[in-house]
Amino acid sequence: MANCADVIIIGGGIIGSSTAYYLAKKGCSVIVLEKSNDIGNGGSSRNGGGVRQSGRDKRELPLAMYGVKNLWPTLSEELEMDVEYYQEGNLRLGKTDAHINILEGLTEKAVSLGLDVKMIDGEQAKEICPYLSDEVIGASWCPTDGHANPMLATLAYYRKARQLGVQFITNQEVVKIKKIKGKARQVVTSEAVYEGETIILAAGYESRKIAATVGIDVPMSQALLEVLVTEAQPPMFYQMLGTAAADFYGHQSTHGSFVFGGTSGFEGVNKDNGIPVTNSLTASCICRGIMKYFPCLEDAKIVRTWAGWIDVCADHVPVISHVEEVPGFILACGFSGHGFGISPTVGTILAQMALGEETILAINDFRYDRFQTKI
Amino acid sequence: MKKISNRSTNIGEFIPQPDDAIIICRCEEITKGEIRKAVHDGMYTLTEIRRYLRTGMGLCQGQTCGKLIKGIVAKELGVSPLDLEPAAARAPMRPIEMRVLGNEGKEAE
Repeated sequence: MANCADVIIIGGGIIGSSTAYYLAKKGCSVIVLEKSNDIGNGGSSRNGGGVRQSGRDKRELPLAMYGVKNLWPTLSEELEMDVEYYQEGNLRLGKTDAHINILEGLTEKAVSLGLDVKMIDGEQAKEICPYLSDEVIGASWCPTDGHANPMLATLAYYRKARQLGVQFITNQEVVKIKKIKGKARQVVTSEAVYEGETIILAAGYESRKIAATVGIDVPMSQALLEVLVTEAQPPMFYQMLGTAAADFYGHQSTHGSFVFGGTSGFEGVNKDNGIPVTNSLTASCICRGIMKYFPCLEDAKIVRTWAGWIDVCADHVPVISHVEEVPGFILACGFSGHGFGISPTVGTILAQMALGEETILAINDFRYDRFQTKI
Repeated sequence: MKKISNRSTNIGEFIPQPDDAIIICRCEEITKGEIRKAVHDGMYTLTEIRRYLRTGMGLCQGQTCGKLIKGIVAKELGVSPLDLEPAAARAPMRPIEMRVLGNEGKEAE
């Protein structure tokens, strides 16, 4: 087994897998190291599947817009596997005047950044999605948003990258990155040593511990979010859904089941067992949120719930950055729970960064040393 | 214990078998052939197989087909079923309506 490659990627999630794919397409040799037994075991298989532009930070918006325009529409074809991408729009729903105020603020901000979003009233929202509760009095509507299946998208990148010769190695916990002659070069795992010209760190929250071995820190914390899925329902609607109050978010999948994510409000203080286990209060809470907006789903059965950690960056925007102090080292972490939708763009950019090419979009806003104290 | 961690390990070509059309996961209607093909597509763990094909993700949550799938995947990889990590079981134990799961039990007050 060859332990040397042009690029070593730490983390076999969708960021690592998509980067590996775009690098392999350019003819690079790549090794991807994954700590767990499964590919895409972190946030990549534990999210709502949103491919959204609305509601994003202005620094992150160009990444989302580029992906929606150039990468997502042809992704299934490119990876020769259906990633279940739907571009049917995003409805962010409101039931009270306070909700509408929040939505108007978000919409105004997004419009000023050049995104096609507008406020609609309850009637118009019901024209788009007839299953809504009569209590919905308005919504923000972004027709170019959508959703995809995060598990399939991650595995599609993995499968294609593997076909192109990328070596994926699971059960490899990275212990440290080792510098040689001042340059990041070796990745030491619990079992072996790997060597590459460039090392990309895309290991979610675990990135913090690994980056610390070369003296770099990214201010982030982790949060456990939960998702639930219903039994298959007849095809109803394919918009991505969210609410002003952030009660829940989700969509109906190709399979017919509804996938909804949400929170209980206890995320910060829930017992942490060290494994992403669901809390008994959260799924019930999410159900109550859903039924307020979609009373017609009250008889839909929940078949499964699961949870996953997201890596929350101090300013909720990812770090996608070269590290000058450690030449040959690239950081890609802190995606803060909205990394899935931008993952094709980020993979493309990381591949360009690793090869020293000019990136398709400016990456200055994502620097690892951008964080300032409050005074 | 023989664990396959290197996903470029050669497990041979996919060879069609006469019983590939048998349905293994009844809830999601997934056949033996589809499961075997998924292994050759790189899905070496039970968790990946279920994310890729939805095996065991239907109403019974794999209570019927879990063992069968484990046997098929192990055979395809050339390892013992004991070497495969079991896939996680999740709450709720049985499918449960939203209005029941979401009920806080306050009606009695």
